[in-house]
Amino acid sequence: MGVINYFKTLFGAIATLLTGLKTTITVFFRKKTTQCYPENRSTLKISERFRGTLTMPVVDGKTKCIGCGICQNACPNGTITVITRSVVNPETGKAKKELDRYIYDHGSCTYCQLCVNACPYDAIKFTPEFECAVFNRNKLVMQLNPVVETEEVKPNVEPENK
Amino acid sequence: MFDFSIVTSWIDSMLRGVMPAWAALTIEYVLIGVVILLVYALIALSLIYMERKVCGAFQCRLGPNRVGPMGIFQAVADMVKMLIKELIYIRNSDKFLFKLAPFIMITASVMAFGCLPFGRGLHVLDFNIGIFLLLSVSAVSIVGVLLAGWASNNKFSMIGAMRSGAQMISYELSLGISMLTMVMLAGTMSFSGIVEAQADGWFLFKGHIPALIAFIVYLIAGNAETNRGPFDLPEAESELTAGFHTEYSGLQFGFFYLAEYLNLFIVSAVAATVFLGGWMPLHIPGWEGFNAVMDYIPSVVWFFGKTYLMIFVLMWFKWTFPRLRVDQILTLEWKYLLPIGLFNLMLMAIIVIFGLHF
Repeated sequence: MGVINYFKTLFGAIATLLTGLKTTITVFFRKKTTQCYPENRSTLKISERFRGTLTMPVVDGKTKCIGCGICQNACPNGTITVITRSVVNPETGKAKKELDRYIYDHGSCTYCQLCVNACPYDAIKFTPEFECAVFNRNKLVMQLNPVVETEEVKPNVEPENK
Repeated sequence: MFDFSIVTSWIDSMLRGVMPAWAALTIEYVLIGVVILLVYALIALSLIYMERKVCGAFQCRLGPNRVGPMGIFQAVADMVKMLIKELIYIRNSDKFLFKLAPFIMITASVMAFGCLPFGRGLHVLDFNIGIFLLLSVSAVSIVGVLLAGWASNNKFSMIGAMRSGAQMISYELSLGISMLTMVMLAGTMSFSGIVEAQADGWFLFKGHIPALIAFIVYLIAGNAETNRGPFDLPEAESELTAGFHTEYSGLQFGFFYLAEYLNLFIVSAVAATVFLGGWMPLHIPGWEGFNAVMDYIPSVVWFFGKTYLMIFVLMWFKWTFPRLRVDQILTLEWKYLLPIGLFNLMLMAIIVIFGLHF
């Protein structure tokens, strides 16, 4: 019994070791997954889910953002600043809050995606654009909604609830 | 096939022609020492590069590819980095033994390196107990490991050294017995005699079943002997930081690193010499044309080709199998390898006595 068990474990062990060797040698000859980045810049494929930059998709010159500021509250490190303005509807005469500027400070973003998850209108999303290096830190602060040239002078205020 | 002894004897006679015998001998010793150390360093660099490339390929990545074409200067850059690092001596360590340990390691592996037959007539130390000498001098490195762990005054180093003591001394037995099996087949212990005996077929084929078993036992024991692969318990970086060389830095660490890779080379070279014919080309009895073609390939190419093939196999083991536990390592040696080796020795004796080999 003991002897049979001895040889059983011996040959069983050899068989499993050979299985392992077979697996690794197939990986050895497999095509390598390393991306040689600067050389293959033109053909580089980054996963769609990669979080590179926060963007606000614009359809027909309009964004889905309603300026509710939930993303600003969700952001753990004050990356997002939503500046709203009050617009009076000429028909009803009621004032309505509307997005004025959506300021995103790329330099302090940790790509946690809490803002995207918090947004009730799917107005913002992360794109895999990752080459964001600039020479000036001010250039990292950008406005995500389209910049509109309005005749009225913009209220050049620092966001009140920073 | 080119015989390197023509070159060496020409140098010898030329030197003896212009100076007394003792001066010629001294110059030759120095020359051989320089060449051996140079080849030693170059082989170590090539092995570090090969290890990183092979490891990368086994993990489905490319490995170093930035320094020089295909990253071939990566190992050189690493070496330069290591040479300019500071040597740190820790407090309360045994200074003398601490400094001595790397030298013991490197001396043992250089001495073993000198025993290898690199080609026809290209052989530094060739005498009638070649294999015995090689096994003995490579066993000295255990002392280096133990001293390094002891002198470091560090628990991790001490545990690593103790483990390596248990492991290397155990596996020395299997190594010796598998070598003994092949010595029995060859009828000689000198490397040149063993290589000459394989002129009409390598021992792996000539000795068939027992040679194959001895080959496998040798590979496992040799791998354990180099502290690599699944047997890297003495260094076990996930549990012991770096085992016995935790406290070493700079060049002293470099010595351990170099010795580890050269031990890998030596184990592979001995496997290639004893089982695969060393520098002897592939000869098949009866196929005269084939044998003549094989003879055109230089003996050094045969030797290094076989050795690097064996190194690749050992690296394949290393990057496939997970590390064993201490008790598993000792079980493998004492309950499996050693009984198999002894049985195999007896089998080989029967085969040699009745002439059942080819």
